[in-house]
Order: sequence, then C-alpha cells, then structure tokens
Amino acid sequence: MSARAGWPLYEVFVRGKRGLNHVHVGSLHAPDDEMAVHAARDVYTRRNEGVSIWVVRADAITASSPDEKDPMFAPSGDKVYRHPTFYDIPADVPHI
Amino acid sequence: MPAPPLDPVVDEARLQELFDATVAAERRIEPRDWMPEGYRRTLVRQIAQHAHSEIIGMQPEGDWLLRAPSLRRKAVLLAKVQDEAGHGMYLYSAAETLGADRTDLTDRLIDGRQKYSSIFNYPTLTFADVGVIGWLVDGAAICNQVPLCRSSYGPYARAMIRVCKEESFHQRQGYELLLTMMGGTDEQRAMVQDAVDRWWWPSLMMFGPPDTDSPNSAQSMAWGIKRHSNDELRQRFVDMTVPQAEFLGVRLPDPDLALDPETGRHRFGPIDWDELKRVISGDGPCNAERIARRRAARDDNAWALEAASAYAQKHGARS
Ligand SMILES: [Fe+2]
Ligand SMILES: [Fe+2]
Repeated sequence: MSARAGWPLYEVFVRGKRGLNHVHVGSLHAPDDEMAVHAARDVYTRRNEGVSIWVVRADAITASSPDEKDPMFAPSGDKVYRHPTFYDIPADVPHI
Repeated sequence: MPAPPLDPVVDEARLQELFDATVAAERRIEPRDWMPEGYRRTLVRQIAQHAHSEIIGMQPEGDWLLRAPSLRRKAVLLAKVQDEAGHGMYLYSAAETLGADRTDLTDRLIDGRQKYSSIFNYPTLTFADVGVIGWLVDGAAICNQVPLCRSSYGPYARAMIRVCKEESFHQRQGYELLLTMMGGTDEQRAMVQDAVDRWWWPSLMMFGPPDTDSPNSAQSMAWGIKRHSNDELRQRFVDMTVPQAEFLGVRLPDPDLALDPETGRHRFGPIDWDELKRVISGDGPCNAERIARRRAARDDNAWALEAASAYAQKHGARS
C-alpha cells in the first residue's frame, strides 16, 4: 500500500481575478493543507488562471443532500416574485 | 412540503427515468446523482484509460527533454510534458468522483488490467518526432476530446474543457517546430518526412477500431459519453490534416489518399487493424518499456511520498 493511500482528498477553488468569486476547479490528495495549496498551484494554475487558491478537505464540506436534484431547492422554485422579470413595467419608464 | 428523496432500491425505475430525462435534455449528470451501474463502470474505465494515456504519454516526448536542440525548445517541451501530467491529474480527479481510487487505478495500469492509448507504444527516434507528435498525435487527441467537452458526466466534461484549452498550444508548438525544420537543411526535411511516415498510420489508429467492430459504441452514444463514431472522428482528422501537410510540404504515406470531389472529404487507404490489435494487446515496440518506466516511477519515488507524510504528521502534531 502506498504512503499516499491515507492522504485526504481536498477540493480546490480558484479566484480567477480580483472581483470574481472562488470557483471549484477540481480536487487532489495531499498530506496536509499547506502541501495541498502547493500542489493545487502546480495542477490548476500553470497559466495564471488564478490570483488566489482555497483548498478545503472534502470531508469538511456539508452538502445539501445526496442528490443534486434536491427537493431542498423546490421551495424557491415557486417564488417567481423574487426575480425582476416578474414585474410588468411599461416600456417607457426610464432606467428601470 | 418537499417530497422525500427517492429510495434507490424501491424507486429504481423512477430514478432511471430521471437519469434518462437528464441525459436526453443535454443536462449533466453530477457525482451524487443516481446513475446506472453500467454508466458508472464504463465512465471509470474510459476516464482511467484517458488519464493513463496522458501519464504514459509523457514518456515518448520526455525522452527528448535532455536532448532538445535549444533552450527555447527545451522550455516549450518541458511545459508541454508538464501539461500532460496535469491532464492526467484532472482526469484521475474526475474518476475519483465516481468512487475510484487513483492509487488503485495506477496499480491497475501497471499490472496491465487497464489500458492506455496504443500510440504511446511507438518510439521517438529523432527530434522531428517531437514536432510530429504535437501536430498529429495531439491533433488527433483534440479531435477526440473536443466533443467530450459535452460529455453527459459533468466532472469529465469540465476536465475536458481545461484539457482542450491547453492542447491547442501542444499542437501549435509541434507544427511550428516542423515548419522550422522544413525551412532548414535537406537532412532536416528528410527527418520530418521520416517521422511523418512512421506516425501517420498509428495516429489514424488512435480513433479506435472501425465502427463495424466497435460493439460498445451504441450504448456509449446513448449515454452521452461518446459523441461521434470512431470512423467519423477519424475522417474529420484526415480532412483537417491534409491541407496542413500540404502547407508543410510533407507527403502523407498513403497512395490512396485523395479528395472525393462529390463529398468534399478525403478517401484513404486501408488501416492495418492487426497492427492496432497487436499493439493494444501488449506487443508494440515500446509497451514493456513504458510500463517498466511507470512502475519504476511509482516504486523509486515512494520515499518522497513517505517523507511528505512524515513531514505532515510532525507539523500536524505540533500545531
Ligand atoms: Fe493531454
Ligand atoms: Fe497534449
């Protein structure tokens, strides 16, 4: 069994440039947080794809449900009034 | 009240329906979705084989890293080979979202239980081979990979998008290298022609067996993890490459290669499928060497992984 077998899985998030959110780009295994950041730099930002990297141990992430088609998001599905397009505004009202 | 989640044992038919509808609507399947066992198994095999190809694919070109003719060519080749390692990492990462383990996948590669692309079992005899690999082998890989950016499996599709962005550098550096050599001496031009003669047919074999002999293709197409047939992709590659060869001034080694004026596509001669079978089943010029090198990399570098683990343990204990 290789020494790496026990290394935790890290999810990697990269901020492409200032003003953007960190975005998930993939995952890797590393023996600790610090080495995970170094490995993430080599694997995911060889061409200036980012100005900042987050690594998060996958087992520290709490997800909404085992299924991406999650009933948890159903309640927001019928609240169309949360979107600006719900409201009819005459076309000649300026700047709205 | 939201409906309770479906039970995979009780509601399999309903889950299969949801899966089929997602694929049919060109939406992506994500790791925690229910998926048919065959879909998962086929994807793990396909992604692992792809990852292995990237990793083994470092070797033929890596052989020229210490012999590159200039610092510029060496820096470019090093960046390219490093990219291939990165492609392997993206893909192993995608395979792990399906429950595979990358240490185990590497073991399977080394034990011969999983395969990699037959193309990397041919030797790189001269520096012109580096250019021809970039032009033809990465070119063929691009033809194969661009449609996979729309794979029905989200993590695979996203990995392919990253890979494809980087591949275009690979192909261009190869073509530029060849243009430079073709502008050199007669001897250099002969080297390029020789490399093209050796790599042309193996490049066509990269697209896999003919459609008439590709039993699993229909299911993979239905699942959205294969987008075009082997023969269709091969034909696209030939049509793309012929004008590039003309511009370069090299002859593709196929007397039957001709433009069909009616279809606008190129006809080409018969491919030696026995050769492909031989090379896939382990009997190519470099199969044993490639696996031996991968095995040595795993075993000889194990100490570095152990050292990293020890370092992490020591520092983790202190903080
Ligand atoms: Fe690659
Ligand atoms: Fe490449």
